[in-house]
Amino acid sequence: MGTTVEQFPPYRGGDDHGHEHHAHHDPGFWRTYIFSTDHKIIGIQYGFTALCFMLFGFFLMLLMRWQIAHPGQPVPFIGPLLEQILGPTMAGKGAISPDLYNSFGAMHGTIMVFLAVVPLAFAAFGNYVVPLMIGAPDMAFPRVNMASYQAYVLGGVVMLVSFFIPGGAAQAGWTSYSPLATSIPTHGQAFWLVGMVLLITSSLLGAVNFIATIIQLRAPGMTWMRLPFFVWAQFVTAFLLLLAFPPLEAAGIMQLMDNLAHTSFFLPTGLAIGGHLAHVSGGGSPLLWQHLFWFLGHPEVYVLILPAMGIVCEILANNTRKPIWGYKSLVYSALAIGFLSFIVWAHHMYLTGMGTKIATFFQATTMIISIPSVIILTCLLISLWGGSIRFNTPMLFVLGFLPMFGIGGLTGLPLGLAPSDIYLHDTYYVIAHFHYVVAPGTIFALFAGIYYWFPKMTGRMMNEFWGRVHFWGSFVFMNVVFLPMFAQGMEGMLRRMADGGVNYSAARVPGALATLPDTIMEMHTWILWGAMALGLAQIPFIINLFWSIKHGEEAKSDNPWDSTTLEWQTPTPPPHGNFATPPRICRGPYEYSVPGHAADFTPQNEPDVPVAAPKISPAPAGH
Amino acid sequence: MEIPYAVQPRPDTGIYNAKIGIWLFLMSEVMLFGALFSAYVLLRVGAVPGEWPHGWLNVTLGTINTLVLALSAITTLLAWVACKTRQFAKFKFFHACTLLLALTFLCIKGYEYHDKWIHYEIQLTDGRIADGHLRENNPKEDYVVIEGRYVTDEKDLYDLRVQKGIQTGEIKIPRAQIKEMENYGPWHNTYLALYFTLTGLHALHILGGSIVIGYLWGPGRRMWKTDPERFTNRVEVSGLFWHFVDLVWIFLFPVLYLT
Amino acid sequence: MSESHSVDFKVYLRRCIYVFIAVLCTTSLMICASYLPHYSWTVKVALILAVACVNAFIVAGFLMHLLSEKKMIYTLLGFTAFFFAGLMGLTIYAMHDMPAGTSFH
Repeated sequence: MGTTVEQFPPYRGGDDHGHEHHAHHDPGFWRTYIFSTDHKIIGIQYGFTALCFMLFGFFLMLLMRWQIAHPGQPVPFIGPLLEQILGPTMAGKGAISPDLYNSFGAMHGTIMVFLAVVPLAFAAFGNYVVPLMIGAPDMAFPRVNMASYQAYVLGGVVMLVSFFIPGGAAQAGWTSYSPLATSIPTHGQAFWLVGMVLLITSSLLGAVNFIATIIQLRAPGMTWMRLPFFVWAQFVTAFLLLLAFPPLEAAGIMQLMDNLAHTSFFLPTGLAIGGHLAHVSGGGSPLLWQHLFWFLGHPEVYVLILPAMGIVCEILANNTRKPIWGYKSLVYSALAIGFLSFIVWAHHMYLTGMGTKIATFFQATTMIISIPSVIILTCLLISLWGGSIRFNTPMLFVLGFLPMFGIGGLTGLPLGLAPSDIYLHDTYYVIAHFHYVVAPGTIFALFAGIYYWFPKMTGRMMNEFWGRVHFWGSFVFMNVVFLPMFAQGMEGMLRRMADGGVNYSAARVPGALATLPDTIMEMHTWILWGAMALGLAQIPFIINLFWSIKHGEEAKSDNPWDSTTLEWQTPTPPPHGNFATPPRICRGPYEYSVPGHAADFTPQNEPDVPVAAPKISPAPAGH
Repeated sequence: MEIPYAVQPRPDTGIYNAKIGIWLFLMSEVMLFGALFSAYVLLRVGAVPGEWPHGWLNVTLGTINTLVLALSAITTLLAWVACKTRQFAKFKFFHACTLLLALTFLCIKGYEYHDKWIHYEIQLTDGRIADGHLRENNPKEDYVVIEGRYVTDEKDLYDLRVQKGIQTGEIKIPRAQIKEMENYGPWHNTYLALYFTLTGLHALHILGGSIVIGYLWGPGRRMWKTDPERFTNRVEVSGLFWHFVDLVWIFLFPVLYLT
Repeated sequence: MSESHSVDFKVYLRRCIYVFIAVLCTTSLMICASYLPHYSWTVKVALILAVACVNAFIVAGFLMHLLSEKKMIYTLLGFTAFFFAGLMGLTIYAMHDMPAGTSFH
């Protein structure tokens, strides 16, 4: 413990202008915290912004769940506020109108995916940890990094502003299908598209930065197969973002043209809106939008899960005090997932009238891609075997991740198979499936990462007791919220219904075929209570996070978790430039409990020391 | 610690950072324009047979633009070579040429856009269609004047390649006879939508590339004195972007103008 | 740059002139191909695109130095080519494989 910032030369101080040291180098508040090019500050900026968006997206979900459980009834406490802010058309008498419900649904999805989870998983953790883990002084392009964050914030602002324009925010789902997206009488869709273009720009800049950094800036001795799995995961994720986002950007530009310039890229001939023939040229194809959207949409879900798997791997190795089982399998599986994810997308489109040959192709690739995912989960599970498990808060979240991701992944199989998907498509089963993978899946891994890397960022530990409260509350109530949705989906409850399915319920139309039974409708109330309890369970986390920055228990050293990876071999917090001289890497990333070594962990940059005397040499005298 | 390999190449990859960065960015651009081209293919193949325009664009102007861009790609390369051989005066000359050629391209494009903008298809109350360039549209007068022709069937307007010797003349149309009047903007049909979107996005890339090259040619040239190798790398990297923009046009031109 | 490039301006200038002549030729070829009578548009499009690919290869190979680039760049571009082909090919195939008795328009 205890190397201080002053012992390291200033960033970019290549030639030492002796007189020009720290006194004149202080960049001031704005350049240090707001317009920073340091990857650690940018990582924290991303993290903080993303967590704020996540809270907002959660809040939107609570409003939606209220509406589903009590359709048409004014929202308690918030209702009058909604009416004041959004007007009587959207929130008359404090109740959520169907249009407002739709905009909450579209924006909840958009905000959670593009403004919360991906920026947190990829940009926040990636920016902070990856350069440290590979022994680099910063990202390859620090100013591009800053531009990437600024584009993200701008995109987020555009998305938020869209709530307040006449007509409201986007209301055509996070998937923004044409022709609906072009027919809704609001400019919210255009705002959504402009926001998406900004977010895509941010992601592209970030992806270029990550790939260039990982290829070019690895420290001497850090070969590809000595990289921590987290770095591999971020590498593959960056490729997914780089190559899959541009088609959506192209599609977004075309849909923007449809909305603003009245073109017909996605509007078919003979389109009628509101009973009248639309005054457009026609000749377009709604399916084209779907293909281009899902070309991104599918790799996007792997963008959501891969960094999480990376985080889980790091924390698991650290808290079992043994190497990860199957490192090579993990790496090859991650590469395979990245590659295959580009050719599975139309399993989101089984019900669009595709022919059997093409549907079978996509079904086959979808089934194949489940194999590397299972391999990764299996390697992680087997890694627990024989481990000396430490049940701290990060590890609890990791252990929670494993079965939850298992459930999420397995329930994806009937969706990937075309025949069963015909029944399950667009039902609550789909919602349950993807929320299991993202919520008790990815988000648990992200929570684990926050608890784990917090001491490196601040030099203090987060409170263990409240961390456990946070974990158990989140674990129990996430299952309360999402498990019933499988049942609801299998009974036929469809997605995106503002009235919660009341119009199809047995109570409304008794005697009709295949209505939604009362037991299914009653689940809405359970889910609402579960969601509110889930929200309450996050309060200890939020307080813990801020309180511990100044008042948390001081970390016992620069490496409180006794970890092998490079980010823990720096001072706390790491200074500008991270390392005084490039570290020299001598071993792989998970050298825990290596026989013959003094400690139960050997950092990657610890020089090679012979551990056993060679057999031939004479016995040392007098010992 | 300075960021390594910003100027010197990394031994095992043989490349410096910015070069990998620009190639990665170009990969994403391939996917961007690729998606737009796939939209073109899909919409064209899916169009009703006989209702896809041919010959609506001026091949001469397109050819000139092709050669202008090809020449600018060459001057871009030579500007980089001049930097490598430390002949700064030549660099200034060649990139000045690049910027002028870019301006020429954009002006020709602007003229072509304008040509479409004033080209109207006017549906008349008696069932005929008048099609031509708007010459007079004074709101105080009760007629419009176009230079064009009459057709009876809209399908005759699509394939201009097969129609030999189209006669156009000045036509005065009373407003009372006009049922509907629409110009050849992107809203007119999917071909024009694709044309304007594809060439518009391409033109934005030309503009962006010009701004970067203009910066290096102008205020950015200060770096030549302090760090000529880094400056040369910047010229190379921006040149690669410029060549990519030329590559896109190499496909845009035949796809939109010749097929 | 540690690659001793031994860059000769005149060599590059000559190369550029050849490239420009090649571009002139390919452009003229494409224009002629588009005006060929008695051929269907499918054939003409295939021909024109083939010539365009040659044109692109010349520009990319010589002006972008792709012919003398490092393996890393080729690997990255290879992935792009594969995914681009997937995007184009699978989307078009998907729009054409329709259940029996249905059609696109």
